[in-house]
Amino acid sequence: MSKEYETVIGLEVHVELAAKTKIFCGCSTAFGGSPNAHTCPVCTGMPGSLPVLNKKVLEYAVAVGLAANCEITRYCKFDRKNYFYPDNPQNYQISQLYLPICRNGWVEIDTPDGPKKVGIHEIHMEEDAGKLIHDEWEDCTLVDYNRSGVPLIEIVSEPDMRSADEVIAYLEKLRLIIQYLGASDCKLQEGSMRADVNLSVREKGSEQLGTRTEMKNLNSFRAIARAIEGEKNRQIDLLEAGESVVQETRRWDDGKETSYAMRSKEDAQDYRYFPDPDLPPVSISEEFLEEIRARQPEFRTEKRKRYKEEFDIPDYDIEIITGSKHMADLFEATVALGAQPKKVSNWLMVETLRILKEQELDPEDIRFSPENLAKLIALTESRAINSTVAKEVFEVMFRENVDPERYVEEKGLKMVSDEGALRKTVEEVIAANPQSVQDYRNGKEKAIGFLVGQTMKAMKGKADPGSVNKLLKELL
Amino acid sequence: MELLSLSAVELSAAIREKKITAVEAMEAVLDRIEECEPQYHCYVTVDREGALERAGQVQKRIEAGELTGPLAGVPVAVKDNMCTEGMLTTCASRILENFIPFYTAEAVLNLEKAGAVLIGKTNMDEFAMGSTTETSAYGVTKNPRNPEYVPGGSSGGSAAAVAAEECFFALGSDTGGSIRQPASFCGVVGMKPTYGTVSRYGLVAYGSSLDQIGPLSKTVEDCAAVLEAIASHDSKDSTSVERSDTNFTEALVRDVRGLRIGIPRDYFGEGLDPEVRSAVLEAAKVLEAQGAVLEEFDLSLVDYAIPAYYTIAAAEASSNLERFDGIKYGYRADAQGLHQMYKKTRSQGFGPEVKRRIMLGSFVLSSGYYDAYYLKALRVKGMIKKAFDDAFSKYDCILGPAAPSTAPKLGESLSDPIKMYLGDIYTISVNLAGLPGLCVPCGTDHKGLPIGLQLIGDCFQEKKLIRIGYTYEQCRKDLQGA
Repeated sequence: MSKEYETVIGLEVHVELAAKTKIFCGCSTAFGGSPNAHTCPVCTGMPGSLPVLNKKVLEYAVAVGLAANCEITRYCKFDRKNYFYPDNPQNYQISQLYLPICRNGWVEIDTPDGPKKVGIHEIHMEEDAGKLIHDEWEDCTLVDYNRSGVPLIEIVSEPDMRSADEVIAYLEKLRLIIQYLGASDCKLQEGSMRADVNLSVREKGSEQLGTRTEMKNLNSFRAIARAIEGEKNRQIDLLEAGESVVQETRRWDDGKETSYAMRSKEDAQDYRYFPDPDLPPVSISEEFLEEIRARQPEFRTEKRKRYKEEFDIPDYDIEIITGSKHMADLFEATVALGAQPKKVSNWLMVETLRILKEQELDPEDIRFSPENLAKLIALTESRAINSTVAKEVFEVMFRENVDPERYVEEKGLKMVSDEGALRKTVEEVIAANPQSVQDYRNGKEKAIGFLVGQTMKAMKGKADPGSVNKLLKELL
Repeated sequence: MELLSLSAVELSAAIREKKITAVEAMEAVLDRIEECEPQYHCYVTVDREGALERAGQVQKRIEAGELTGPLAGVPVAVKDNMCTEGMLTTCASRILENFIPFYTAEAVLNLEKAGAVLIGKTNMDEFAMGSTTETSAYGVTKNPRNPEYVPGGSSGGSAAAVAAEECFFALGSDTGGSIRQPASFCGVVGMKPTYGTVSRYGLVAYGSSLDQIGPLSKTVEDCAAVLEAIASHDSKDSTSVERSDTNFTEALVRDVRGLRIGIPRDYFGEGLDPEVRSAVLEAAKVLEAQGAVLEEFDLSLVDYAIPAYYTIAAAEASSNLERFDGIKYGYRADAQGLHQMYKKTRSQGFGPEVKRRIMLGSFVLSSGYYDAYYLKALRVKGMIKKAFDDAFSKYDCILGPAAPSTAPKLGESLSDPIKMYLGDIYTISVNLAGLPGLCVPCGTDHKGLPIGLQLIGDCFQEKKLIRIGYTYEQCRKDLQGA
């Protein structure tokens, strides 16, 4: 490469909002359900049906906008984007073009060179489309409108990012803000967060933007990073070969690690946007804004700071715990129930993360309650169960959110604190294992480990290994 | 008692007084339909069995004392662009030839609550686009006053059904005059309420920002009673308005003393048929004699209303009609592949006038033309509203003709669409400004064709229109009786 290039990236991020009902009708937004179970005349585009804005969607959009330092448009409108496709029952999508709800914001990301602001051009509200399912057997295409009308916000950034790392940092930041707000679970794999990457390259130092392409179908952070790398190199190769980049939409194939052109600018449709006459403009009052401002949660930056001051736990733990709103909530609630912060953190950092990783789950998927975690910690603190039993109980609790107290009781897992019973078992183990006893007496320290194990086995794990060890030594 | 010539309110009184049953009334109407339909063709669908069954149920509820209102037991016809559960709803288009909705338009539900009994669905211009009811895919409707002439449109089937006594009243919809103009041509009463007064839920949209459902009736009293029944705040329609003054029948007062009536010179200029002109001015004099104060004034901007209207209505229509694509319901053409299917379905499913407006609307919304046409039209709309605001700061009501002429002959209009569009000149600005407009018969021309008087009110001033219209109607009745 003879010249040095700079990559310029802007993102369009679609986020499915957590509203229980659709954006313009009362149908459920629940994922799954038999095809077209969650539909009505409005979200199937029946003649004579009319949209009515779900206020919850507006609240979420404004909350995200405020968190991303946006100006809130006090008089905003919905526009129709007209295009024919069967997943779009009206053949127009209700979106916002002329007066989007939020504009001119920014979020701060961490980069190796320190904090950096990424501009938010706008955030607008819109409806999702249905799904087409091709039936190979019947050779026909079926339409499922369950997703039609599911509320979305589209967050359009400025072209402020310069690398895949910055893009990932920006997405992580958005994800955290939105999760903290409870506005969405932001799962890329499940499509509740979708990112389109607009990318161009230019010679370093140049002020002018190069021709950009838009990449779609990016379903994971890893795919996004690879797609950026791939597209950057493709564009540089073109420029180096004296060719030019064509403005087009490209689809990323993560399996093949390559992208191909979907449509070029020349094929770009005229969407004939115009204000939707069925939806009056939305006027946002100062009271409404105040109400949302007052409800804004403590975001990660503040939370981190507070944890450092309030809890004696390592910075690393703080990073992980505050990296998920759900985990942070769980942590704080468990501590509030009287558990020691360090113990709570340990359970989250070690056992919880291990199982999440093994089962390929997100922290958001944790289902056990703070009450139960607090009880488990209390059980170990009072030495009612030993750490091996505690881990077993935790696994069950992770799976089924069982009450550890009741579970330990029912399964009879409590440690035997009865000195007489323990002594009796130890004596039996000594009697039954003369060889090990002999070994130990001959100086093989390790032999005692075997005897401890035998005793624990005989006690069905319900003894404190320390006490067993002590007792063995005493009796030998 | 000549049953079929009773007004809706008179009929319901007779039913309540047990002089007749709702079923007998329905049977009489159905017989009349059977007799007249071959000649006039007011209906797309007559649901004979269902109508009799519904009438029987309503009769029981009247006897049980559950239904006591002025429309209980009265047979009604509904324009075929309002959805009716289980009953074909075609918009007089081939593209909806087999569409049976599973929900009922809010306005029709309100009528059912009031005890009115649905007969069937009336003919109209396809998707309400037209002024003659000749663009229907199911044949033209003829004017019962003289079947060589059109009934007007687009609610021509509804107006003709009222005029032919094939129903006791009807619902129509008015986007640019589609209730008032056919009322004028057929010699019946028709009202377009203030935008937002009647829910549009279930009304198949033409120009969403202009469409309003309203009554077509034999008398102003019926008109008030029907409007009172159908007006409602509907949370399913975001443009629906919450009003507490919908007790319209209270305005049925024969007294116009002191009311100020503005007569716009612009409405009496070139292009107005002299017979219409004199009949309307005669009507104004009748009101003056009753104590109303008349004053001529210049409304202005009248010439801009037609281009602004056809830009906005066509733009909205081009988008509203996109959903008719052969995928989900309605007509689907046989074709290979999605694109061909869309193309053939819509080419075969829509008639020429609908296609013309879809093309016009798509053009004015396309990039590069949006500002020059659509946005400019919206600005004109705002200016027209302002001109009316100024007028209503001086007048309680504006009086003029509903149409420049009486009904044209069948087959004369469609060959020259521009001329047909110009016929909407007195009605469309009312839609652009969202105002109420009432059309009351005020005479006939030398051919015996009816002439309509149009009263235009400020937003939410239907009561003034009803009062003035009622007073005029009663005076005219007295004059005719004398």
